[in-house]
Amino acid sequence: MSLSNLLSIQDLDSKIIWQILHTADEFKNPNGGKPKKVAALNGKTVINLFFEDSTRTRISFETAAKNLGADLINFSAKGSSVSKGESLKDTAQTLKAIGGDIVVMRHWASGAAARLANANWIDASIVNAGDGTHEHPTQALLDVYTIWKHFGDDFSKLKIGIVGDILHSRVARSNLLLLSKLGAQIYLIAPRTLLPMGFDKDHSTLPGVSVSYSLDAVLPELDVIMELRIQQERMEGGFFPSATEFSNLYGLRKERLSKLKENAIILHPGPMNRGLEIDATSADSEKSKVLEQVQNGVLVRMAVLFLIGTKS
Amino acid sequence: MKLVIKNTQLFTEVNLSNNVDVLIENGKISQIMRSENNAISDQELYVVDGANQILGPGLVDLHTHLREPGREDAETIETAMKAAIAGGYTAISAMANTNPVADNAAVVELVKTKAIQVGLCDVFPIGAVTKGLEGKELADIAGMVKSQASVKIFSDDGKCVSNARIMRRAMEYIDTFGGFISQHAQEPELTINSQMNESVLSHQLGLAGWPAVAEEAIIARDIALAKLLDVPIHFAHISTAGSVQLVAQGKANGVKVTAEVTPHHLYFSEQKCESYDPIYKVNPPLRSITDQAALLEGLLSGVIDCVATDHAPHPVESKEGEFAKAAFGMLGLQSALGAITTVLEKNHKIDWKKLFEIMSINPAKLAGYSQHGGEIDSGKPANLVLIRKQANDFSNSILKSKSMNNPFNGERFEYSIGATIFQGKLVYQDTGFNEGLGLTKL
Amino acid sequence: MNTELGVDLLSRDDISRAIRRICHEIVESNQGLENCVVLGIPTRGALLAQRIGNTLAEIESNSKTPIPVGTLDITIYRDDLQFRSQKEVTPTTIPASGIDGKTVILVDDVLYSGRTVRAALDALRSHGRPQKVQLAVLIDRGHRELPIRADYVGKNLPSAANEVVKVSLAELDGNDGVKIFRRVEDLNKVEVSK
Repeated sequence: MSLSNLLSIQDLDSKIIWQILHTADEFKNPNGGKPKKVAALNGKTVINLFFEDSTRTRISFETAAKNLGADLINFSAKGSSVSKGESLKDTAQTLKAIGGDIVVMRHWASGAAARLANANWIDASIVNAGDGTHEHPTQALLDVYTIWKHFGDDFSKLKIGIVGDILHSRVARSNLLLLSKLGAQIYLIAPRTLLPMGFDKDHSTLPGVSVSYSLDAVLPELDVIMELRIQQERMEGGFFPSATEFSNLYGLRKERLSKLKENAIILHPGPMNRGLEIDATSADSEKSKVLEQVQNGVLVRMAVLFLIGTKS
Repeated sequence: MKLVIKNTQLFTEVNLSNNVDVLIENGKISQIMRSENNAISDQELYVVDGANQILGPGLVDLHTHLREPGREDAETIETAMKAAIAGGYTAISAMANTNPVADNAAVVELVKTKAIQVGLCDVFPIGAVTKGLEGKELADIAGMVKSQASVKIFSDDGKCVSNARIMRRAMEYIDTFGGFISQHAQEPELTINSQMNESVLSHQLGLAGWPAVAEEAIIARDIALAKLLDVPIHFAHISTAGSVQLVAQGKANGVKVTAEVTPHHLYFSEQKCESYDPIYKVNPPLRSITDQAALLEGLLSGVIDCVATDHAPHPVESKEGEFAKAAFGMLGLQSALGAITTVLEKNHKIDWKKLFEIMSINPAKLAGYSQHGGEIDSGKPANLVLIRKQANDFSNSILKSKSMNNPFNGERFEYSIGATIFQGKLVYQDTGFNEGLGLTKL
Repeated sequence: MNTELGVDLLSRDDISRAIRRICHEIVESNQGLENCVVLGIPTRGALLAQRIGNTLAEIESNSKTPIPVGTLDITIYRDDLQFRSQKEVTPTTIPASGIDGKTVILVDDVLYSGRTVRAALDALRSHGRPQKVQLAVLIDRGHRELPIRADYVGKNLPSAANEVVKVSLAELDGNDGVKIFRRVEDLNKVEVSK
């Protein structure tokens, strides 16, 4: 299996998942500090195509592309022809004319990356940098890389809790698939309103995945707790009554921090709503690996761009 | 025009009778005879070879979007009529969601008049239930009933008459004039931004779910209203197993409830959304395999009365980008017969009586289209279709529609349309005939 | 059935003699192993490095500490990635003593264009600054594209560009041997017939 696009975790088998993780590890600087810089993508052009603002993801991909020696073009929708109603097809054909080798795309619509890859508008490889409420595969890969670096190869002995708005989270969706493929035991922790169809306390449609409506009930068992960002608009949609109530029930707060296992780690895809899904004490605690996630993000994205950009 | 269809298999109430010649004169069937006894020779007679084809009543559609007036870039009355006859239809029903909306006598008369000018098949305008399809005030019901279009069916299709008070009043008021409502059952509050059937798959694909209950809640409510008021109610394009059950219960309780199902809901499941190709985006959405099985069973058992196309043309740019941005709807007129016969044949051997009931006889009766879906006998109106047994790959290249949003492109069908006869005129023939060319005389 | 297409060049014994000779040369050239680290380039270079490490340990059995042996993956430093199907990385393992100020002996199975060695020199830079870098190869088949030469060679083997030299090692391939395939297509046939 060789990687020509990265659209969904669903498309990856465990061999290629480990290949990505090991390749990412090769990019890690053995002496600490910035990742290695190589010339593997010299002469290749990476286009960052962002239909939705995301400074973090964009600069992470940008750094990764530069570390690999690629040329980089940033194309963001704000203030461009895209925000003036240009279609995905026309944008794609413009990029084709410019001649990109890899298009890294963030889009508000689920399936947009798959559409771009399959509609024959463009020859470039497509990397999904988040599509609507569908997937965010590189985020899941960097989370898994971070977990791997802490706990080693055997995911089957890990209990991982994903907490919060699972229904609307592309990060959760990709992580669910990826962690399930690696054999981890996963708890989805949320009220029923924020759980997708097919998952409730008695049902699960993925191996290794179970549901808990209570964070406190499973907190002491967890090796990894992943808090998802809560979007303000969910409160208006009737998914839960108030920020305070959500934080009381599902927020990672000081009093819960002490109930975590000693070697447990805290992950958050960022940006954090301090005081909502996570409080300052937890966010800044030694268990929090949020900054490590950011660093690992560059390594994993280098690995993905490397494997796609050097495909024969 | 005088014409004879030779050596055909004639559909009758009892069976298919082989080797029959049907003579058509002055828009009516004038004579039916055994082919071997046919000694007619007439210089003015057009001959249609009916060998290996089944002759039945022309198909009738209760649900067609013609787009004219307002979106002539997607379809016109004329192109929709051409697609209709190429699909074996001799009568179609023009949905009201045009621009301007068909909520008054002027618009329905415009559609009717244009259709008569084109003259390739019958077009029966459907009137809007509420002004501008907004669900707030009743449309000009009496005006449309008494217009030259003689509207009988009312529908806000594209939108649901979701307000219970307005729905009740509309049902009563329309009953006053002998019409009935074709309800597009979709509870709007349960389908905000919805893209596809709510299921494990919709979660996997990250496409906002469209729960079955959004349809079933409205159907349950409206059956209760129909029972209370003792008026007929028709449900457009039902798509879920629960809806089939509700309609069955309603019928069992003596409510005057009828329902239609589309070829695409029978033919495709929600799995098609995996490609994110907006060609499969439709309202209501493609459902699960379980729903499909229930729909087929409902159709065969008579719970669902008829097939309707919900032919919904859209220009290319509305159907090729992001799934969430694309328009809802699929073409259906030309593929309906092929799709339905293929579904039926996969399930059982085709029962031709059933086929003509669900695609012609029942919808004609339901809507009161008296010139259509009747018995084939001398003296009866000659609105007919010839169906050819011939495996074929249905292709976009044969589309008569102005739009190309055809989900059946490349599908293998078992049957195709051989010819369509409207008011005794051969308006369509699939081989060697194109707009009046190549007709052979005896 | 096409194995006869490959011509045997080195037997199991030839290989072990070559390794032993290389080891003696290493000891002699460096006047002992005090400051040396052996790093093999995956896949077969890493296996040869292990063998060299073991043989060196036998030869210098009176030395207090065994010579450190590690693995240096060079995949990400290659400049010919587009032409290679194999891009699997093997974890790099640098011995705890590191490589700063050491004599690093790089080990590979076949020296050909020299591009692998060039990439290895780049790779070394991210792990430290050796005093000296030497190169040991089992086969030198010529056709250099870069100004690189080996310090220790098991066997010099003049070959044509369309020939393929294949080293088999018991750890990976079941048995030891070196074969030459006259044409690239012949090798492909053998691979297919497996």
